[in-house]
Amino acid sequence: MRALNKLWNSWRGLFRDPIQPFGIASVLLLVALAIAPAKDHFSEWHYYQHGYLRLIKNRRDAAVLQRHFEPGIHQIWLPDLGVVDRCETCHLGLTETSLGDIKMEPYSRHPVIPHSMQQFGCVMCHRGQGVATTVAGAHESALSSDGPILPAQYSEASCGQCHHAPLEGTPTLNQGRFLLARYGCVRCHTIKLPDGTSMQPADTPPPLSHIADKTTREWIYAWLRDPKSYAATATMPNFLLSDNDARDISGFLIANSVPEPGDTATLKPPKAGGSVDPTAGASLYGESFCASCHAMQNAAGNVVGGDLGPELTAIGTKVKPEWLTAWLRDPRNYDAGTPMPHYRFTDQQLALLTGFLESKTNTDLLANVHLDPATPAQIAHGKKLVEEYGCASCHEIRGVAKPDNYGPELSQIGSKPVAQLVFVKGMPETLPAYLSTKIKHPRIFGPGLHMPQFSFTPEQVDALTTALLSLTDRSVTLPAKLQIPTPQQTDYEPAGKAGQLMADLNCMACHRINGHGGTMAPDLSWEGSSVQKQWLDAFLKNPNTLRPTLIRRMPKFNLTDEERAELTDYIMTAYQNPDIDRDAMPLSGYSPDQVEHGRELFYGKYACQSCHMVDPAKDKGYIGPPLTEVGSRLNAEWIYLWLKNPQKLRPGTIEPNHDMSDDDARALTAFLMAQKGAGSQKTGTRTASVSASGTKGAGE
Amino acid sequence: MKRRAWFRSSLVVGTLAVVAVCGCSRVHKKAPVLHATAAGSALVVSSGDRQLAPSGSPLPQPLIMQVNDNQGNGVTGALVKFSVPAGVKIDPAEALSDSNGEVTANVTLGNTSGRYVLTAMAWNKAGHPISVQVPELAAGYQEELGYQVQRKYCSRCHDPESTPEQVSNHDNLAVPPHSFDQGATYNKLSDADLTAIIGHGGPALNLSALMPPYGSTLTKADIQAVIAYIRLVSDPPYQAPGLVYAKQ
Ligand code: HEC
Repeated sequence: MRALNKLWNSWRGLFRDPIQPFGIASVLLLVALAIAPAKDHFSEWHYYQHGYLRLIKNRRDAAVLQRHFEPGIHQIWLPDLGVVDRCETCHLGLTETSLGDIKMEPYSRHPVIPHSMQQFGCVMCHRGQGVATTVAGAHESALSSDGPILPAQYSEASCGQCHHAPLEGTPTLNQGRFLLARYGCVRCHTIKLPDGTSMQPADTPPPLSHIADKTTREWIYAWLRDPKSYAATATMPNFLLSDNDARDISGFLIANSVPEPGDTATLKPPKAGGSVDPTAGASLYGESFCASCHAMQNAAGNVVGGDLGPELTAIGTKVKPEWLTAWLRDPRNYDAGTPMPHYRFTDQQLALLTGFLESKTNTDLLANVHLDPATPAQIAHGKKLVEEYGCASCHEIRGVAKPDNYGPELSQIGSKPVAQLVFVKGMPETLPAYLSTKIKHPRIFGPGLHMPQFSFTPEQVDALTTALLSLTDRSVTLPAKLQIPTPQQTDYEPAGKAGQLMADLNCMACHRINGHGGTMAPDLSWEGSSVQKQWLDAFLKNPNTLRPTLIRRMPKFNLTDEERAELTDYIMTAYQNPDIDRDAMPLSGYSPDQVEHGRELFYGKYACQSCHMVDPAKDKGYIGPPLTEVGSRLNAEWIYLWLKNPQKLRPGTIEPNHDMSDDDARALTAFLMAQKGAGSQKTGTRTASVSASGTKGAGE
Repeated sequence: MKRRAWFRSSLVVGTLAVVAVCGCSRVHKKAPVLHATAAGSALVVSSGDRQLAPSGSPLPQPLIMQVNDNQGNGVTGALVKFSVPAGVKIDPAEALSDSNGEVTANVTLGNTSGRYVLTAMAWNKAGHPISVQVPELAAGYQEELGYQVQRKYCSRCHDPESTPEQVSNHDNLAVPPHSFDQGATYNKLSDADLTAIIGHGGPALNLSALMPPYGSTLTKADIQAVIAYIRLVSDPPYQAPGLVYAKQ
């Protein structure tokens, strides 16, 4: 009681009026309560919401926009994806279709994409800090693994977090992934994909264990110093070696090389019999369609041809003639993994081709290369360098083991925190800037770096950066149902004697069969359902083409009659579509009325002549293959089913599906089967053109 | 009394703010001042206008402007200034013409898809400005997809230009189609018209059957994407009907 009294007295001593303290307390409380709304009022997002209201106030669509507007903080919360996004608090026009004319941020409309924002949120694609409600906090901060906002230039990287197969709308990403494989980046840097597979290289670096059979130490030296000095299209990067290092590595590679048994060193290049036309070699090069895979500089100075094999502009300066002959005779003897086919050239042809290729030289390349014989110390140093630079990551080299993970793994490089990166002075300190600078100038980040110098164009650098940025932490943790994996190649190999023959010819370097093989030439999985046997036999004998605009064509192999019969039988038997009975419709004997009706449909209702030729004198269409002899080439049932639904027989073909009635398709089939060509002898060559153009009813 | 004090203090704060802002902006605008040594009579785009690139990315080719005299010869040392819409970056923003009369600038597009109109400016001898508008096109995902789809399915017929990789079929057609940037044709067609032609072929709108139907070959999204692409590249630019613009 006494204590209470004492307290009361001191309280009264403090305040004259005992009610006063409550007044003060309530004022304080009011101020405290006002802090939050005041903070709100002066917050950035509030400012932007006001700005939005001002922007839409005078528009004619104001009523609608105002109805959609809700004040306050907006949030998208997707627990599955780990997304909490408040971006729409300021980005108020994202879903307003009528705001297409507004380019001012943060109010512009979002470009049309195949996903809804409510389903994926914003940071999934744009990164940044979704929960932040200030401009700097959301866009620039690197607090969570999402880091700062991703520059729009690289947005395709975000698609790549789920879409591991190429997408039609993401050309930059597709190109970047292609380059990672094509330039062998993934030989040194492991890239594991969320489905557990690893990205595979798509280059073919040659083995170096027998290199002395093939070329000279001088050429190796010049090549090592700068691969581009030999071939403008060289894919091997420049290791920026000093003269001495290039001297020692070339010394080691030659000293380390052992002759390949049955290869070349002892073989004399055959001489062409009699006097030969000097252009004969060039013609043979052309007829063999070497340019489908190899590029060569032409008279005008342009490098033309494919890029599956190396450029041949100065091949005579590189390879020894006896090696070249042995290589052309059977490439697999020197390099078991080469995609180069075994052509079965005659000795005469070998001599012609060797002569032609050896005449392709660049005398400047080796003019100033003078190397003294390598000393044992230099050779030992050369070996040390070969190990240090990880040459065996790409090339098979006798006595040097392939290093495991020579370069750092890049499986999640797209989420690497900025704090873990090294920057050079003057560059923006962001991950995309780091990646693109590293790709452009790999060695500027410090001494002792070994990554070689590539010479990518700015577009290629952007593409590679995009592909690397797609490899995020997030992509690994996303729910499995969102992952769209790359289609895996099967390990199909044709069987039996024909299979051996096809392996020898390397058919599958270009053709895909049952999910395995190249994509340069048509898929042959259902070839037996599609073509007529006589045609196939004639085509293999002489695969000419009438379509001069195509660079890539089927080469002519000197097959024996037995080999051809073997192949034809195998293709006609093994490569059939199980749902197609190729004999269900006859090859001929259609009624003239039906043929005539088909002709009317062809030129009238379906206007097929816009892409195809039946009568070369009159028709000009030049997108699809000519159909002048299609009745001698394709089976009627195949044509009928193709007309009904082309994409079912060849997914992705550009031939439009016309939703044709059965009657129309039958009449058109009758008309097309009547197109037998000028004469049956010529069928082999002329109709061959049609298929050699790589299409059979498709476009390119 | 009170109001006067409030007025006075806000005047002081205001003046201070103005001074501060001016000071700051002066610090920022310290770019070297270029002095023209010559003047032309015409400004033309030499190359690099109407390029299509993904939004937010640099244009593949630089924009090259040329200052000419009245004989059409390049003038060296004339000043060219660019002004760009919000979101677009240009480097350099101003320069003197080189020995060919040319000024070369690298352009990075804004982050939103659509048409961006840059303005290039030069001054003639009398000091009057000559300005040229340079449109550039930014493709978002949809327009990019449309570009890819039309390149695969349509451009062989619709684009009269041939390249080594793609020989044009345009001149082989009895009724030649229009190239997709021909606004004079396409702007007259509504989205519904275009969807009908592309989906059901030329006969859907009494056009030639040489225009094939794609309704069972392409998805709806693909067709919309192609239309978005056509709308983006059309020249003169397409204005959507019913699109509401701000009252000026
Ligand atoms: C085989 C050639 C061919 C192909 C392929 C083709 N078109 Fe056409 N297209 C034409 C022809 C011919 C016309 C003109 C018809 C007329 O004017 O009577 C036309 C007309 C059009 C028109 C009407 C405006 C104009 O140019 O006259 C549109 C729209 C059109 N095509 C869109 C497309 C789209 C989109 C594609 C690809 C999906 C496509 N076309 C593919 C041949 C083609």
